[in-house]
Amino acid sequence: MSNDRETILTRVRDALAPLKERAPLPDWDTELAIMRRLVPAHEPWVLFCERLVAVNGLPLDSAAALAAWLREHQHLHGYCDPALWPRLAAHFGEGFTVETEYDRARVDDYQFGITAAAGAVAETGTLILDDRATTRRLAALTPWVHIAVLSRAAIFADLQQAVAAMGDDPNIIWCTGPSKTADVEGILIEGVHGPGIQIALLLG
Amino acid sequence: MKFQQIDQFAAHLRPSTRAAVYDGSKKGHEKRTQVLFDHYPDPDRLRQLAGEIKQHVIENLDTYLPAIEAKLKANGVIVHWAATAEAANEAVLAIMRARNATRMVKAKTMVSEETELAHFLEKNGVECMETDLGEFIVQIDHDHPSHIVKPIIHKNRRDIATSFEKNGLGAYNDDPQTITRRARDFLRKKYLVADVALTGANFLVAESGRLVLVTNEGNSRFCLAATRCHIAMVGIEKILPRDRDLGLLLNLLGRSGTGQQLTVYTEFITGPRAPAQPDGPDEMHVILVDNGRTDVLASDCRDILRCIRCGACLNVCPVYRQASGHAYRSVYPGPVGAVLSPLLMGKDFPEKADLPKASSLCGACNEVCPVDIPIPDLLLRLREKGKREHSAAAAAGTPPMGAWSLLASQPTAWKAALLGGRIINYLPTKMLPIPALRAWEGKRSLPAWRGGEFRHWLKGRARSPGAPPPTSGGQSPRPS
Ligand code: SF4
Repeated sequence: MSNDRETILTRVRDALAPLKERAPLPDWDTELAIMRRLVPAHEPWVLFCERLVAVNGLPLDSAAALAAWLREHQHLHGYCDPALWPRLAAHFGEGFTVETEYDRARVDDYQFGITAAAGAVAETGTLILDDRATTRRLAALTPWVHIAVLSRAAIFADLQQAVAAMGDDPNIIWCTGPSKTADVEGILIEGVHGPGIQIALLLG
Repeated sequence: MKFQQIDQFAAHLRPSTRAAVYDGSKKGHEKRTQVLFDHYPDPDRLRQLAGEIKQHVIENLDTYLPAIEAKLKANGVIVHWAATAEAANEAVLAIMRARNATRMVKAKTMVSEETELAHFLEKNGVECMETDLGEFIVQIDHDHPSHIVKPIIHKNRRDIATSFEKNGLGAYNDDPQTITRRARDFLRKKYLVADVALTGANFLVAESGRLVLVTNEGNSRFCLAATRCHIAMVGIEKILPRDRDLGLLLNLLGRSGTGQQLTVYTEFITGPRAPAQPDGPDEMHVILVDNGRTDVLASDCRDILRCIRCGACLNVCPVYRQASGHAYRSVYPGPVGAVLSPLLMGKDFPEKADLPKASSLCGACNEVCPVDIPIPDLLLRLREKGKREHSAAAAAGTPPMGAWSLLASQPTAWKAALLGGRIINYLPTKMLPIPALRAWEGKRSLPAWRGGEFRHWLKGRARSPGAPPPTSGGQSPRPS
């Protein structure tokens, strides 16, 4: 393998040797890649809601609204990040079974999963999850409904700001709407491997 | 004379396949245009910038490769190098063996298609499960992807329902929703028992060592949530200089590929999972793969290495739409494939030297390309290379020019031929002397041969005052 390293690097050097000049690295103005028509037309949460809806996501702004939606759709069994549960429990009441430990042997038992978002991007309706904020990667992925809990201060106006703020978390994932495919005859189907419904819940 | 292979293939395409490919690619293209031009005032400037950034990378790979290696290592990633497809596959197998692992879940990666990894692993006793819905269907069908972003664009729902039934995934049902749910149920069991996840990379950032993966289905996320070991097979050209360049390239990739502002899941990975995170790999490998790329780098077509595999050039290409991906006999079809596939053959270039001719040079591929690759120019360079190397494949479909050049250099013979050519007007199609003409006449009618009439007219025409006198004799004849 170390041989392959030398082989490849030698070939690369030989291939580039005849070039008289190398293409320079251009600098570029992030402004060029911002959808200015949208940003910052509104307050970030308002724009975020609009853009999340555009990618078939669902924004909610209270724990009571979330509990009502889950009850209406008969999603009564789920997982919740233990740190978030005390802030939500009062609204859930009768009929719900909410676990604060996730058991990967029973992935199909969880109809919903509630985890914390690390942030969001208003411009694109994107939720940002990372290893520090998300208690379990699986809990945000396997249930049919994923609820990402978001605070107002964590919403970036545009994608360029979100890129600039990427820290050293080993795993950051941007989720822009529910999991989907159009592989079969170009027909849109949601909920392929991940959630079929993506909710953003604003808390604080 | 033989037809070009791509034409032969296209001639035998099932009508339903042609329709599926045509509709699928056309839809993809229309969405792209709408989204890109709707969102940005100057999308062409973005394409140029992205092209310049990637051109800079490939022309400086000698510094970027050691830099990315150092960064990855510092992030706790184990780095491997593979000069060939075999070396890349062996590296994967060695990692599996060292862990006593026998089950792999795999996200879509084009480089693993190049190395035929799944096939290689299965032969060596490793179960290798494709998890992208399209790739999964291709796998159970023992088929090949026909598009780099939409692998089953050539299949319709009835084809898929039939193969699901054959493979024990439930009774025949061609509802796309049911097909998707069945795959969901089947594959989640596979993720949860797999030992190792294999992915590619859309980008690898030199500055941070960030490996970026995009999917819509969430399959690569599931791979990286359920398993303990992550192997990424990455072509050496996938590097970007800075994190901030992602803000440009990601915006272009989603819009160009599928007409989305962003792909649903965009994952940025810098190493094994965080200590407090219970899910995900605690071991991460990156295999940097050459497999012919350095040959491309050494050629005058190195610009093709900018490609970010978005598929836009396939969707817009009139030849791709009619012929479908399999006609290209390669992992990479369409305009990008017509350049890249023959080059990746290395010494065996002549075998695929016909592909650069599978283009009308209309230029649409260049116009849509998010990294502004001048594909038509590259195709022309490769046509020339095919000629220089006397490739039989490149010559197929070209009428022999020997007789023409003889006539064209002998004025008397030329004049005689112009008149004698009239016989064509009385020949039945089957007896036309030039095969290309016969083929053409099969579908359309030739205008009547009127050889010599123009010369006749020109000679008889009264000269206007002041016009130069006609040169007499000796001038080289032109077709009239
Ligand atoms: S050549 Fe350009 S348009 Fe074609 S797949 Fe590559 S990046 Fe996309």
